[in-house]
Amino acid sequence: MGDASIVAERSAGPATAEGRTPVSLAALLANLGPLLALLLAMAFFASRSDRFLTGANLSLVIQQSMVVGVLAIGQTLIILTAGIDLSCGAIMALGGVVMARLAVINGVHPILAIALGVLTGAAFGALNGVLVTNIQLPPFIVTLGTLNIAFAITHIYSQNQTITNVPAALTFFGNTFRVGSTAITYGTVLMFVLFGLTWFVLRYTAFGRHVYAVGNNPEAVRLAGININLLLLLVYTAAGLLYGIASLLSVARTGVGDPNAGQTDNLASITAVVLGGTSLFGGRGKVLGTLVGVLIVGVFRNGLQLIGVESVYQVLVTGILVILAVTVDQFARRRQQ
Amino acid sequence: MRRSLATSQGLRGPNLGRVLLALALMVGVLAQLLPAAMQSVAAQDDEIIVGLITKTETNPFFVKMKEGAQQAADAAGVKLMTAAGQFDADNASQVTAIENMVTAGAKGILITPGDTKAIVPAIEKARAAGVLVIALDTPTEPMDATDALFATDNFKAGLLIGEYAKASMGDTVPVIATIDGSTGVSVSVLRHNGFLAGFGPAADAAATPSAADSVFVADSRVVCSQDADGDQALSQTAMENCLQKSGDINLVYTINEPAARGAYTALKAAGKENDVLIVSIDGGCTGVEAVKDGQIAATSQQYPLKMAQMGVDAVVKFAKTGEKPSGYTDTGVTLITDKPMPGIDSKDTTFGLENCWG
Amino acid sequence: MSDTTSNPTPVLEARGLVKRYGHVTALDGADFALYPSEILAIIGDNGAGKSTLIKALSGAITPDEGEILLDGQSVRFRGPLDARRHGIETVYQDLAVAPALDIAENIFLGREIRLAGPLGFAFRMLDKRRMRREASDHMRDLNIGIRSMRQAVETLSGGQRQGVAVARAAAFARHVVIMDEPTAALGVKESHMVLGLIRQVRDRGLPVILISHNMPQVFDVADRVHIQRLGKRVAVVEPRNFKMSDAVAIMTGAMAGEAISRG
Repeated sequence: MGDASIVAERSAGPATAEGRTPVSLAALLANLGPLLALLLAMAFFASRSDRFLTGANLSLVIQQSMVVGVLAIGQTLIILTAGIDLSCGAIMALGGVVMARLAVINGVHPILAIALGVLTGAAFGALNGVLVTNIQLPPFIVTLGTLNIAFAITHIYSQNQTITNVPAALTFFGNTFRVGSTAITYGTVLMFVLFGLTWFVLRYTAFGRHVYAVGNNPEAVRLAGININLLLLLVYTAAGLLYGIASLLSVARTGVGDPNAGQTDNLASITAVVLGGTSLFGGRGKVLGTLVGVLIVGVFRNGLQLIGVESVYQVLVTGILVILAVTVDQFARRRQQ
Repeated sequence: MRRSLATSQGLRGPNLGRVLLALALMVGVLAQLLPAAMQSVAAQDDEIIVGLITKTETNPFFVKMKEGAQQAADAAGVKLMTAAGQFDADNASQVTAIENMVTAGAKGILITPGDTKAIVPAIEKARAAGVLVIALDTPTEPMDATDALFATDNFKAGLLIGEYAKASMGDTVPVIATIDGSTGVSVSVLRHNGFLAGFGPAADAAATPSAADSVFVADSRVVCSQDADGDQALSQTAMENCLQKSGDINLVYTINEPAARGAYTALKAAGKENDVLIVSIDGGCTGVEAVKDGQIAATSQQYPLKMAQMGVDAVVKFAKTGEKPSGYTDTGVTLITDKPMPGIDSKDTTFGLENCWG
Repeated sequence: MSDTTSNPTPVLEARGLVKRYGHVTALDGADFALYPSEILAIIGDNGAGKSTLIKALSGAITPDEGEILLDGQSVRFRGPLDARRHGIETVYQDLAVAPALDIAENIFLGREIRLAGPLGFAFRMLDKRRMRREASDHMRDLNIGIRSMRQAVETLSGGQRQGVAVARAAAFARHVVIMDEPTAALGVKESHMVLGLIRQVRDRGLPVILISHNMPQVFDVADRVHIQRLGKRVAVVEPRNFKMSDAVAIMTGAMAGEAISRG
């Protein structure tokens, strides 16, 4: 019987349910690195500009991050399944044009127009999902295709015209309320709610755990009797729904339905996800990390502007941070294997 | 087991030392770059800040504009803050830049709007916060969304090359291709219609195009109109496609000189470069060189440096006296060609190269 | 323990299974019987119909002819999930675990327990505490000494990971655990640990079907050995009174098996 008991090599002792997980330095860096980078950046900019660390400015940074932030939530879900979505920005632009045109040109009730715009996003997400699962095409190729399809439809449908004078309902999330002297945009509240909701689903529901598992080892998920196609379809559709909500935030923020919106947001959202410590190989990461990643980009954009550095340096800094984040991720992964 | 998993994926564990070295290198690079970029940092409270937002960082036109703004800012002893979109119609980045500049305490913002309509709500917010906003080069829609506009008269720029082309073609029956910019952007429409107005209406035309037209005016002589975003490679493709459509094209209008060079490359490949007249707009240095080399017959030169200088001076004046500029100020346009036509005012490429940008 | 003569009803039995793939007959009237509380190894040369037999027993394929009986009752599996619902669990050679998930999450993967009450019903919230507690119980039952159920599986050794897979199978199997080459991806020492686990499962009363190419392992751990050849069962032998070399001879056709077969 003695040889029958497997004694853990690193943590001998009786099995208990709630013991502490051993943590490596690399894993710690992968977990806390993004937050540390954000705080360091904020400290740096606060020391260089007395305008940076004000309620108004921080509220502004968050507001400037809300569109990419919501896109990046969907992107996180997809990357966790070891996929990638290049189409998110194009889908968002389409949703925005749909809701703005319906409301302004076709006279559809604003609430219905919003719903149809958001549903357009969800429908495109579902299309991505069907192509990835039923036809088993790689997500990169599928979303490269739907990126172009959504972009073209946006420009055909909008006739390349930016839609102005949108009804108030479409810009509601761009309005502000005051907490003390600081104006806070409703859209940022919606973004935080969506991050919180996604965090809960990923952490506390079976669906959420399956999202991680399928990015980790799809074979194990299939053998556990989980319908992977349905799971992925749900993930891509949920992501599309989030892109549709981002459409609304984009219209609210800029006050127009803009067919040229979101053209670089696919890469911006992937950047945020990576900066937040989520692995591009799937199965590892945190949606709250993505929030931190989005804010890192926002803080650098705003901070460098405030201290008078040309915006091209923001691109440089973002590039370096991405490489750093991926390096830390690789290091953490290899250590664990 | 752990080893077999790692080798099966072709991975080898990196050592922490190498990772830390890479980290240190990156921090080192940053430490070198940032201070260099921050020479004029840290605004004092009484310092006047002028913001300049261009469509992109890379277009030589905007590089020259920035240069002019910097010169004027240095001369006036004020601080210039710049930002740009990532592509021509990148509205979101411009909105963000306006917000950041307002927060940074800019007294005035000079902007070449990437999307002339979409930018308006953000400009209105900035003006409501007491910031002077002047459009450079490109008017917003509506134009009075900004306090003032300092720009080339784009309709006139088109008109000049249209008149030149008419004089040059004489009685030859024109078969025209136009290589345009983003449709829906007013500059593109004004230049295109100005060109047609200068060339003179077709026999079957209802009316001569005017600066009030908001879309491309239909013209039976234009056999091919392509939107190539003012990009050289896209314009080459567009011209190739136009030649497929009609081999008889003998006059090409392009929205700018990169587009003209793209069109020329396509025409040369088809062996038609000597049979086709290319006219363009901009007056960039490489564009004027192309006029000198005979690739482009004539171009309308505009003056971004002057626009920016006037813009900065206006903001400084506003900051000091509270006086705002208003309406439209023409920053001038000159026809540049080495083959002048009788009755058409023009300057040669020597003048063009002295005054070019880029 | 392996004295099957005292217990006449097999837990899992197959009679005259036939499975054809075009002109190839993978199973040609194969019989099979697994008795309570035994480890039954299945050996056979490549092409003997070993894996087809296992697929039929685990519901992955439906045989063309023949009958499968579970506890004496005729059953027909409509798929692997259906077999699982009947209490037959399978452990695979390639460590079918999700490395980044923790031990409890892996054990309950696809069979998560939700909280009682509105949190579980309306918000689909998982009862993580209960899953960890039960996972811990299952691991302890098999004497797998791992301190925390919150530990990610990727921090475990290969043998420990297979331990998680075995614990999962043992936790949910009501009738049979099938082990399909469970040590194929493991080193000698870790294989030894997993063989120990197989005995543990058997000692807890669950019969185990073990598919393995490794003869010394088979003869070390199995109570009986089912020898498959040319789509049929040709013999069942008991390792304690049978030579390994003779079993190999039957397997390869060098020796007739019918003489010692118990049918």
